[in-house]
Amino acid sequence: MKRRFANIYLIIVFAILYAPIIFLIAYSFSQGDTMTNFHGFTWRHYQTLFSDTRMLAIVANTLLIALLSALIATLIGTLGALSITRTTKRVTRESLLTLNNVLMVSPDVIIGASFLIFFTMLKIPLGFSTVLMSHIAFEIPIVVLMVLPRLREMSASLLDAAQDLGATTRQLLTHVIIPFISPGIFAGFFMALTYSLDDFAVTFFVTGNGFSTLSVEIYSRARQGINLEINALSGVMFLFSLLLVGGYYWIQQASQKRRQRKREVVS
Amino acid sequence: MTKRRTWTYFLPYGLWLALFVIAPVALIIYQSFFDLGHHFTLSNYSTYFQSATYLKMTANSVWYAFLITLFTGLISYPTAYFIHQLKHRQFWLLLVILPTWINILLKAYAFIGIFSQAGLANQFLTFIGIGPQQILFTNASFIFVATYIQIPFMILPIYNALDDLNPAFINASRDLGASNWQTFRHVIFPLTLPGVKAGIQAVFIPSLSLFMLTRLIGGNKVITLGTAIEEHFLTTMNWGMGSTIGVILIVAMIVVMLLTGDQKREGGTPR
Repeated sequence: MKRRFANIYLIIVFAILYAPIIFLIAYSFSQGDTMTNFHGFTWRHYQTLFSDTRMLAIVANTLLIALLSALIATLIGTLGALSITRTTKRVTRESLLTLNNVLMVSPDVIIGASFLIFFTMLKIPLGFSTVLMSHIAFEIPIVVLMVLPRLREMSASLLDAAQDLGATTRQLLTHVIIPFISPGIFAGFFMALTYSLDDFAVTFFVTGNGFSTLSVEIYSRARQGINLEINALSGVMFLFSLLLVGGYYWIQQASQKRRQRKREVVS
Repeated sequence: MTKRRTWTYFLPYGLWLALFVIAPVALIIYQSFFDLGHHFTLSNYSTYFQSATYLKMTANSVWYAFLITLFTGLISYPTAYFIHQLKHRQFWLLLVILPTWINILLKAYAFIGIFSQAGLANQFLTFIGIGPQQILFTNASFIFVATYIQIPFMILPIYNALDDLNPAFINASRDLGASNWQTFRHVIFPLTLPGVKAGIQAVFIPSLSLFMLTRLIGGNKVITLGTAIEEHFLTTMNWGMGSTIGVILIVAMIVVMLLTGDQKREGGTPR
């Protein structure tokens, strides 16, 4: 009885979560021009999308920004997490963590507006570089937060053992610490990617006139009304996310199994 | 030697802290003291606190954010709880995360279609005999879409809190004769409260600043603090006033964080 209630509840929640997405994608195959009545199947909107060079360039920009910013943010964030764990004073660590979380909790508009003031004061022209820097900036804290727990789980004896065996600082880092925290680094990179792809508000503030990312483009097109090319775009993007999430899930499962197997071998 | 190495590792992160965390916050506060003619002044603040429009807008914005957070919480807690009991919970959790991968603008765009005059929602209303209504560009549609977008961000922290919960507590509670409801009320809910608070933080603050939804779905009827800031920065180019509202938003954010985050120091969660 209780089980059944739980299941019905979950079905409703998941239906609501996915209905708009399915709706959006379904209409990308409709022959009409509006999202009202389905007019029969067509690939037409996908053809429009793939011949829309402006849109394709924007997709490429968005992916480039996402990958590049996530990579750099993962690097800086991991170094940051490493230095935070190395701090000996509790006060220093707490204040570093507080500062780290400022951008996590700040509303997008504040981040966007303050970065806009910042870039304008430094006279950096708005465009690709400002968007990239902003994305790196707001992705770093999430990487730190993903890496820190793994670093905390690492036992000190592991490091002592490596040092006793004559490992240099560099070897310690590359052979002991990095492999151990790699799931955290990976998760951080992934979250950073998500943040970048999903961001609209910050980009909207710092993008200027010439450069555009998908969110900004969709915003300006959506303000003009329904255009089924956007539906086709969401179809493609959904497939893309599905592949990414599927890949992530698969890698996690695989690494878990590997760890289990290792444990079995050890015991 | 090692000390110096540590410093070089810290350098990029430290630079980031200085340039992209401390400097921007300082700049927005600094900017809020300048009027359109770049004169140092307190007039932005006095305008803000004397203007009924600004104060009403702020109150409205907080009220809407409160409603969005409330609905999100009411929907998300049971969802997280039920998912946690499932067999393939990691998989279901991924299904919760997946929609957050769809660009927020695309989701808003989907609702423009669903809520339009002849859209899905109105077809349904016609079907059950109510007849078509104006749904898009109402306050209710704004709250609905905002809630929809925020649900995953509330489910995740609550789920994590449930996952951290030691099942021994639940067994102990049952062994001591507590009913399911009592166990939930006195054991599970209090112990997962940090998750709920994290969820409130993750939902309430962004809800104060969702300016694209107020434009696309709310039809500019709802003006949140975020909408006001965007308008001042990008349309009327009055950065001083925009920054002032920004400072108000930062203060609101700090208040929310103090209300929801302080518990850790008091209790020192036993784990």
